[in-house]
Amino acid sequence: MSPSDRMPDAPDAPDAPVANRPRPSPGWPLLGSEISVMFRRRRTVAMLLSLAAVPVLIALAVRLTATQPPPGRGPAFLDQVSQNGLFVSLAGLLICVPLFLPLTIGVVAGDTIAGEASLGTLRYLLVAPAGRVRLLVVKYLATAVFCIAATLVVVIAGALIGVALFPIGPVTLLSGDTITVGESVVRSLAIAGYVTVSLLGLSAIGLFISTMTDVPVGAMATTIVLSIVSQVLDSLPQLDWLHPWLFSHYWLSFGDLLRQPISWDSFGSNALLQAAYIVVFGALAFGRFTTKDILS
Amino acid sequence: MPVTAGEAGTAGEFAIETEGLTKRFGGYLAVNDVDLRVPRGAVFGFLGPNGSGKTTTIRMLLGLAAPTSGEAHVLGRPMPRDLGAVLPDVGALVEGPGFYPYLSGTANLHRLDTADPHAVSATRRARVALALERVGLEHAARKKVKAYSLGMKQRLGIANALLTPRRLLVLDEPTNGLDPQGTREVRSLVRSLAAEGTTVFVSSHLLAEIEQICTHAAVMSVGRLVAQGTLEQLRGVGRAGVRVFTPDREAAARVLRGLGMTVEPASVDPMLLGALLGDPPPEPDRIVAALVAADVRVRGFSLERQSLEDRFVALTGEGFDVAQ
Repeated sequence: MSPSDRMPDAPDAPDAPVANRPRPSPGWPLLGSEISVMFRRRRTVAMLLSLAAVPVLIALAVRLTATQPPPGRGPAFLDQVSQNGLFVSLAGLLICVPLFLPLTIGVVAGDTIAGEASLGTLRYLLVAPAGRVRLLVVKYLATAVFCIAATLVVVIAGALIGVALFPIGPVTLLSGDTITVGESVVRSLAIAGYVTVSLLGLSAIGLFISTMTDVPVGAMATTIVLSIVSQVLDSLPQLDWLHPWLFSHYWLSFGDLLRQPISWDSFGSNALLQAAYIVVFGALAFGRFTTKDILS
Repeated sequence: MPVTAGEAGTAGEFAIETEGLTKRFGGYLAVNDVDLRVPRGAVFGFLGPNGSGKTTTIRMLLGLAAPTSGEAHVLGRPMPRDLGAVLPDVGALVEGPGFYPYLSGTANLHRLDTADPHAVSATRRARVALALERVGLEHAARKKVKAYSLGMKQRLGIANALLTPRRLLVLDEPTNGLDPQGTREVRSLVRSLAAEGTTVFVSSHLLAEIEQICTHAAVMSVGRLVAQGTLEQLRGVGRAGVRVFTPDREAAARVLRGLGMTVEPASVDPMLLGALLGDPPPEPDRIVAALVAADVRVRGFSLERQSLEDRFVALTGEGFDVAQ
């Protein structure tokens, strides 16, 4: 798979190439192409627009209803939205994390290999030769880019609609401290980073499932169902020994980033857990994909 | 099984060489002990009915599937071990074209070209345009592939195989879905590529489509390689026969049998008598002399070679039966 050990002009090479080939590229053009193809798909754009619609709908609903939601009712932060537009992003993320974000990640990650197989492009990528490991890595990185984009879309759409519809001012944190508008933007981005990291484990699971089938819809559905199963298991107190091992366990714990001083504990635990999922499911995907007969 | 080096290569120099190549899916032997020898510079026809194992063989040659047993060398290197070094020199069309329907023809080729780590990004635009021009798709280049006809997709698939200069082209059923005009264009494209020195390995279940362009051929049947060699050799293996036009069928048949020939059953034409030459074949001049000496009124005589098609049918069976 690694062409670097090749000596094009070695006399013992039975087939010295006609011309000296340029050094093989590590795959940046392929990654660029992967990302650009992904964002050129109407489906990707539609998913991002739907995600952007969530904070917009929240803001409109709060703005248009006369009665304010009483504190403590409804999703967290919802009662604060009308007082400060900066909370729209947070309310949007909180609603998107359990279902909408895993849904879009499931579609993108489940499509990675199975989608190419069903189009018949997988064999042409491999004959190019893309290299099976390189293709897996590129597919995973592109999925991670989608995770970033999806999270940022919610945060940015929330911030824009919040600024448009509500007053903006210093933000009162969960710890009771108050931070400036500028710092609240930094906190929003930190939370976007937290949510992105949260989704990386699920992306690795989707990539692995995608190597097992030529039917992309099956891989997507399985990935999405697993994200729901994980959250259901996480809500059963009888299984609390299992909870720290579930990839969704820290999904909603980004409140730590809204304290003063900022607490990075749950960020660290979450990152470690997601890294473990990436290693395990990345290895499974590697084992499966590098030995698979491509018959699609 | 006759095996010869092509005119373009020296002995032992094969673009594709397999040794006991076998692929088993569960209990089903898709490819069974195939020893393929494709000489350098040949236009090699890989023939066989649907389901005879051609595509599975090609998948193994390209490293898409691993052989159950046996070895394959492509361009002198073992596959799939040296896949990363071999495949940049190989252009392939495998089991029909595969493209992103939501991208244009140009965008599809750009995408697949980026997957080749040796492809130079700086020349990508020019190479894509040239490949599209070579297959006559320059006017449809900006159209989305979902608007392409099957024939256009097939052309785009061939263009993909031509993105960089190749030393070996593997074209699996390249004329599928093409009209007679397109088929002719593919043939002339293959000829021009072969003239540049590219080895072309082209599979088909229709002998007539590639018979005119091949220098060599191999025939697959139910996973086995049943014949391979130059076209001349393949034709020669078939037995030659004679046709005699005479009002004295019975007498003529007696004479021919006397010469060790096998007389075919009576044909529709009462004047026509066909017979296969024996082994060793008698000299044609002697046949006519013998007929005349026996007072057979010979009104016409012809010596006929079995066509490659007859041979193909003899090797693989007649009709539409998909190999089991």
